[in-house]
Amino acid sequence: MALILAQDGLTTGIIYALLSLSILLVFLVTRILWVPAGEFVTMGALTMGILQKNEAPATVWLLAALGAVTLLREAIRSFRTGQWSGWWPTVAFCAGIPAVVVVATLKLAPMGLPIFAQVLLTLAITVPMAPMIYRSAFMDLAGSSVLVLLFVAVAVHYLLTGLGLVFFGPDGMRTAPFIPGRLDIGFTRISWHLLLVVAVALSLTAILFAFFERTFWGKSMRAVAVNRKGARLVGIKPETAGTIAFSIAGLIGCLSGILIAPVTGIYYDSGFLIGLRGFVGAVLGGLASFPTAIVGSIFVGLFESYASFFASAYKEAIVFSLLVPILIWRSVVERRRSGLSDDAE
Amino acid sequence: MVKYAILVAACLVIGGGGQSSAQEIKVGLTADFTGATAAVGAPFKLAAEIFPDHLGGLPVKWIVLDDAGNTSTTVKNARKFVDEDKVDIILGSNTIPSTVAMFGIAAQSATPQIALVPVDIPTEQRAWLFNLPQSARIMVGAIVDDMKSRNFKRVAFIGYNDGWGELNWKNFEQLANAGGLQIVAKELYSRNDTSVTAQVLKLLEAKPDAVFVGASATPATLPHLTLKDQGFKGQIYHTHGAVSKPFLNAGGKELEGAILPTGPIVVAASLPDSNPIKKVGLDFSAKYAAKYGPGAPNPFAGYAWDAMLLLEAAVPDAAAKAKPGTPEFRSALRDSLASGREVVGTHAVYKFTDQDRYGVDDRSRVLVIVKNGAFALYK
Repeated sequence: MALILAQDGLTTGIIYALLSLSILLVFLVTRILWVPAGEFVTMGALTMGILQKNEAPATVWLLAALGAVTLLREAIRSFRTGQWSGWWPTVAFCAGIPAVVVVATLKLAPMGLPIFAQVLLTLAITVPMAPMIYRSAFMDLAGSSVLVLLFVAVAVHYLLTGLGLVFFGPDGMRTAPFIPGRLDIGFTRISWHLLLVVAVALSLTAILFAFFERTFWGKSMRAVAVNRKGARLVGIKPETAGTIAFSIAGLIGCLSGILIAPVTGIYYDSGFLIGLRGFVGAVLGGLASFPTAIVGSIFVGLFESYASFFASAYKEAIVFSLLVPILIWRSVVERRRSGLSDDAE
Repeated sequence: MVKYAILVAACLVIGGGGQSSAQEIKVGLTADFTGATAAVGAPFKLAAEIFPDHLGGLPVKWIVLDDAGNTSTTVKNARKFVDEDKVDIILGSNTIPSTVAMFGIAAQSATPQIALVPVDIPTEQRAWLFNLPQSARIMVGAIVDDMKSRNFKRVAFIGYNDGWGELNWKNFEQLANAGGLQIVAKELYSRNDTSVTAQVLKLLEAKPDAVFVGASATPATLPHLTLKDQGFKGQIYHTHGAVSKPFLNAGGKELEGAILPTGPIVVAASLPDSNPIKKVGLDFSAKYAAKYGPGAPNPFAGYAWDAMLLLEAAVPDAAAKAKPGTPEFRSALRDSLASGREVVGTHAVYKFTDQDRYGVDDRSRVLVIVKNGAFALYK
């Protein structure tokens, strides 16, 4: 019994952990609180759900629209600064990707794709939206205060939720399981899905780790996270770092959606509460430490599972009141360090 | 100021003049066609689009407005109905708060209102109100009766931690206790929850013979699938709010055997010929299919259709007494609706009186079972 609860908590906890990773990454590189993290979960899950009905999801049109908006935004920016160098990659990104994805989706969707191709198509539709949102809504505000960026993030969240209702309707969806059933290991039965979630999460974390430790771009992003101005001085563009951070966040959000959709029904407005739990995990890590955020999120998942067992009526209150002791503890810890970490903001 | 007053007076004269010349009945329908509760409200509009343009020999003008999931919009729409359009009757809405918000407007303007969602009508406001859909009590009663007839002893409940869950739980608790069933567990969850494994494990610990899921539409499938996943072999019941296509789609074949109460329209074709509802239900199904393609009509669309049928039956009496658009006509219409006449609809045989504004009885419910991915008549 306790083991089944733990499995359940672990499955959701890992999803929260992935989300807290994306929230933390975006925050460190761009100082934007990534409120729409949950919206990418719902978009991923519901786009996948519609693809499984062999229909073309309306999100492709959102991708096309976002591409157009971003292209316009970039054109205005280039016109103002008079810098048109490096314009072709922008066109390829804002017009080329949506065009290819729209055509591919309209052609492929009615054919009844195998599940792996559905995942790829879902990623292709959803992930590019994140960097597009960054380039059209946030990039010019890079120097603004965290509060202004938060307002914009909340606005984007509401916009995406509203569009979600238009695209997917008020009814939720649940996708077909990747691998149904459970593996009997003697004292308990582990669901195959949990193993899949663990495998994806581990490999994703390993890839991210390698990216940040070994590659040039990963190292540049760390530099931007540590010190924006310093990074700019040595020739690293914070805009590019932000675009990469959003792309990774979009990928993580969408993957989380695909992973969670087979175990539960997802609705157009489910994302916020899922994202919020990722936030609780990220706050546990003081919005600074990846390992603490991961451990914290998994703890939130487990805690939630046990809380719903012992007092289902108060589950939500119990989970979010976790924040109170965490914030008290953080404020004590931060005060001790305040002399050191008084970042000029 | 004077100019303004003249303008208003002129408008009133023209408006009044326009009204006296028209012999048509005006009906205002407001519900959520968009917004979060559109799953329930939008079918009303689908039904309204195939409403006839004559009722009881008189031309009728249907004024259909969208609440957009917002109670203040409902109030605005209802005000427009009575102030500008001077409607003879108001139909709506599809959520309890919105419907209750219209009570005062109906009473103040002395306009009859037919509620399309089960509500509690306060005694002092009973004069102008009619409640058309089956109450939760009647529906839950069907489930409890079935549990008793199959000799289930230990029963459990899992439902939403909101108004809908609460309503079903309250009725279930009362009726089950009165019927000698033992409720061994009660668990709650929210529509947005991603997992109810913990709650389900707790239910299973209590070893129930049957579980009643107090939820609706797609989120109702989550406890069902989790129960099956954890090896529950007993009977699972759902509320009438779950009777919908998205529910079947999201649940898949694991839903087979689930039992739900609903209005007869859902299984009109399987009803015995002796049931008067069968004919009305099939008639509506045919009209619905002609416009929207094959498939059984949505049960919520049936409620709007029944409101139209009630009106059709009530109009001739009222028209004999007064002209549409007048206060006399509205009160005659109210009296005619409450005259104790039996009107056969797609959901029930309605019979409203001055004392009883919930004009449905046990004929308004059937139990359906999920069979081969569709709802079939259970009993």
